[in-house]
Amino acid sequence: MRVLRLCRWLRALPVPPVRALRSAVPPRPAWQHGEPRPGAQRKVTAEVLGQLEHLALVDFRDAEGVERLQKAIWFADQLQEVNTDGVEPMDSVLEDRCLYLREDDVTEGNCTKELLKNAREKVEEYFVAPPGNIPLPKLEDQETFLQGS
Amino acid sequence: AVRACGGAWRRTWQRGALGPGPARRGQHAAACNARAGAVPAGKSGLAPWMPVVGLEIHAQISSNSKLFSGSQVQFAAPPNSLVSFFDASLPGTLPVLNRRCVEAAVMTGLALNCSINKKSLFDRKHYFYADLPAGYQITQQRVPIAVNGSLSYSLCIDNKMSQMVTKTVRIKQIQLEQDSGKSLHDDTRSQTLVDLNRAGVGLMEVVMEPDMCCGEEAAAAVRELQLILQTLGSSQAVMAEGQLRVDANVSVHHPGEPYGVRTEVKNINSIRFLAKAVDYEIQRQIEELENGGTILNETRAFDSKLGCTVPMRDKEGKQDYRFMPEPNLPPLILYDAKSLPANMNHQQVVNIDWIHERLPDLPSVKRAKLVEQYGILPEHSFTLLNEDGLAEFFENVVNQTQMKPKKVIGWIINDLLSHLRQHSVTVKESPVSSLLLADLLNLLVKKDISSTAAKQVLAELWKGEGKTPLEIVKEKKLGLIQDEKELEQICQAVIDRQENE
Repeated sequence: MRVLRLCRWLRALPVPPVRALRSAVPPRPAWQHGEPRPGAQRKVTAEVLGQLEHLALVDFRDAEGVERLQKAIWFADQLQEVNTDGVEPMDSVLEDRCLYLREDDVTEGNCTKELLKNAREKVEEYFVAPPGNIPLPKLEDQETFLQGS
Repeated sequence: AVRACGGAWRRTWQRGALGPGPARRGQHAAACNARAGAVPAGKSGLAPWMPVVGLEIHAQISSNSKLFSGSQVQFAAPPNSLVSFFDASLPGTLPVLNRRCVEAAVMTGLALNCSINKKSLFDRKHYFYADLPAGYQITQQRVPIAVNGSLSYSLCIDNKMSQMVTKTVRIKQIQLEQDSGKSLHDDTRSQTLVDLNRAGVGLMEVVMEPDMCCGEEAAAAVRELQLILQTLGSSQAVMAEGQLRVDANVSVHHPGEPYGVRTEVKNINSIRFLAKAVDYEIQRQIEELENGGTILNETRAFDSKLGCTVPMRDKEGKQDYRFMPEPNLPPLILYDAKSLPANMNHQQVVNIDWIHERLPDLPSVKRAKLVEQYGILPEHSFTLLNEDGLAEFFENVVNQTQMKPKKVIGWIINDLLSHLRQHSVTVKESPVSSLLLADLLNLLVKKDISSTAAKQVLAELWKGEGKTPLEIVKEKKLGLIQDEKELEQICQAVIDRQENE
């Protein structure tokens, strides 16, 4: 009801000469989840950040990035407040469906040319990749923001 | 419970009698022996070491098509010719489970005395590598298809083949998972060539508990598993073609203390190398700890040329696989005779009891039958089953000859087998057929030839010139002379000659 009244009020307003678009999304967050749960870890350690950068191949770049990550973790942490004692976890909405079993027949393959069309580089019908996994330089050798933290 | 090889490790360590190892072994052994007599200097002077070996075995399922797609499974084929859109993980493709792979896993689980989980789940295991195009592998980490089994295998103690002891290793679980593609490393041009023919092929991962304590036990267990898989037909288990891959987890500790840090050994290409790799790694860890060093929880590769393990380049640090449930696959439900629903399409149902009824005789049962039926020794039954086709050959010979099986077995194991090994020939390719050997043995039974002559005839037959044993005996005059008068004449002639000299 309040929303309807708000809409009618907005429409009743005189339209300014410059046609500005009125967005329903407030310019600033109306509320924030700013604090971690009591008892939860306050800060993410530099070691964990380094590991995350290594695994997910992201670069946190500056303090704001790390702060945003921490706020995101506190936000997701709210889930811990839900009591799930005795409740079976559901990991897929397909859990009541029947898993279809296919007969063991050869029905696909032989499309080498089509597949290789996507490859940037190829050598005699092989895909070309860089040698092995090039490990990221260790935290000490990196020149990222985390060095200073 | 972890069993030590009866303290043998301590003895061999002191004697320094194990194969090639780090260079300092000679002096080290001498120092140990000196200490053995004198008062032990340090705490770790004479404490025995207990090695602990666990195995993770990946067996490629013998099927026409892959686990989640309809592309063909074949060993040697033009690169990237057996790859479907799903195998190349192009967007918009979904996995569809192959029924044959499920049946193969259930057969293997039943043969290894596992309890089959009627409801098992699929998960994704994430890691980055060029031969894993999706960036994750579909496996069964939370609830695998079979758990809690056991595998019994036999070892000869003291290398004499006269005493065999039966041991058991517990099977933790068997799970279905996808294989990755193959990468060929081209170091000169600093690139890797990727072939996805193998990507998506169904694998059964058999995880064994760390119940073994040396390379020999590990090798015997894997050999027995290989025979079981080949008998069931669920995998051809040929290590040379990569259909059976073994990774060993090795650690050492003192009895009574907690388990030591374990290392994983990969790149083992045959059963012989498995024994060598495990023994080398145990030795290396003992020496490292004895010298005050520590063992890193790392992955090492076995270098078969040097006979040692080296740290692997890409596996530094602990991997985080970020396991998550596979969202595209509902749980896999298996049925048995009791829970079989009435109106379901037969093609969609995997019935555990139906599979159980149709399991062939496992190697252990076959061996027991051979021993009982023919009265041969257990060790002989092992040799017969170890060589592909030899048991059949033996039975064919027994059926065509009057010689007793207990004597026939000697000819098969000592003579035929040594000829086969000498010429690197399989039983199926043998130039001497079971009929020919049976004929030869008949001559021996009738005392027409001596056993030494028989060996000569066998060597002649091996040339494969198409002659029968009787023809060779006549040709080379190997027949035993039964006529007493003739024998008297020959003996007299020899005596006369002697007198004349």
